[in-house]
Amino acid sequence: MSETAQTTAEAKLFADPAVEVLASGVERALGVETGSLLRTSFRDNHRLNIEPGRVLQALAHLREAGMDMLIDLSGTDYLGYPEAEHRYGVSYILENTNSGTRIIVRTWADDPTPNLHSVFDIWRGSDWMEREVYDMLGIEFTGHPDLRRILLPDEFAGHPLRKDYPLRGLGERHHFVPLARDES
Amino acid sequence: MGCGMAQGGVSMEVSLPEDGFIVTKLDEVANWCRKNSLWPMAFATACCGIEVMATGASRHDIARFGAEAFRFSPRQCDLMIVAGRVVMKMLPVLQRIWMQMPEPKWCISMGACASSGGVFDTYAVVQGIDRFLPVDVYIPGCPPRPEQLIQAVLDLQEKVQRTGTYNAREFNKRTQPEGPRPLATELGMAEQMIAPANFRTTTRSWGELPMVNPLANREVGR
Repeated sequence: MSETAQTTAEAKLFADPAVEVLASGVERALGVETGSLLRTSFRDNHRLNIEPGRVLQALAHLREAGMDMLIDLSGTDYLGYPEAEHRYGVSYILENTNSGTRIIVRTWADDPTPNLHSVFDIWRGSDWMEREVYDMLGIEFTGHPDLRRILLPDEFAGHPLRKDYPLRGLGERHHFVPLARDES
Repeated sequence: MGCGMAQGGVSMEVSLPEDGFIVTKLDEVANWCRKNSLWPMAFATACCGIEVMATGASRHDIARFGAEAFRFSPRQCDLMIVAGRVVMKMLPVLQRIWMQMPEPKWCISMGACASSGGVFDTYAVVQGIDRFLPVDVYIPGCPPRPEQLIQAVLDLQEKVQRTGTYNAREFNKRTQPEGPRPLATELGMAEQMIAPANFRTTTRSWGELPMVNPLANREVGR
């Protein structure tokens, strides 16, 4: 993911030492060089970009390192973004509820079958969030115990937060039988 | 025939001789009873619902017009006030609730969203409940003032008095939809082919049911 807004050009490491300890710990757990994972920051949001194949291991490490709460799990469709290298971005916002430290882990997925591994075994709270991302963007989470739609009806076809989904839908809002007065 | 009873809907004076009587039609009496005892069910899904609450509260006091008995069971109601936007997930629920209401029953589409989808021209929001339900009175506004809802109840009382019926025979001649249009006009092919299949579902008719000032003096019965 290219991340340019408000990013200091030379910032290879996080300015916040509490967050940098987490990030370098992740790099040690993954067996990569310190500073090799892309870090981006905006104000007090510190984001660590990890490729999809390693993100599960990194998240498990962060859980062991004290990030005991999954604040949010959300997806973004970057279709049409000129600088985007991947179509979907997925963000995990983690918090250490003792120290208040927060870190955002970002990864990505791509067509034709966007797929990530579920983090349900790490944070039970990811259950409905992954269902929502699946419902709205169609990103599947392998290992999720019950990956169904959560907001839209079961019979809904398509994933409406995808950028190539028409704003007015594909006729979902019109496919009902009108009730006339003499038959209701 | 008939006897001057209602004075502007505000004061009522009944003067009959000792052994007098009134001759009228049974329908007229039934409609007169019905219109002054509407039992609303507020299908409130958005900010219009707050205005419905205000209308029922003491300041605006819809009890002055005999419609204060809000019930949240459709089986006890005869007036559905659809207040707010209806999404495609909710519409089957709305239709089911409408069918659970006993006859005779009426429907007020309150506000821009219920009448036309309002600003929510998106995949999930139904573009006017009158595509799928019979609507008697539309209220413009976003949200409408309580006074507008009261006016709609008065309009509906007028309509009940004139046409209250069980089988909607007065709607049979309808050939075109008469509800508000959706805000957007540049609809694509897929949307143009889904106009209501049965135009009798929309019920407002300026031709057959001229608006009458509900505060004008009139007689009960003719």
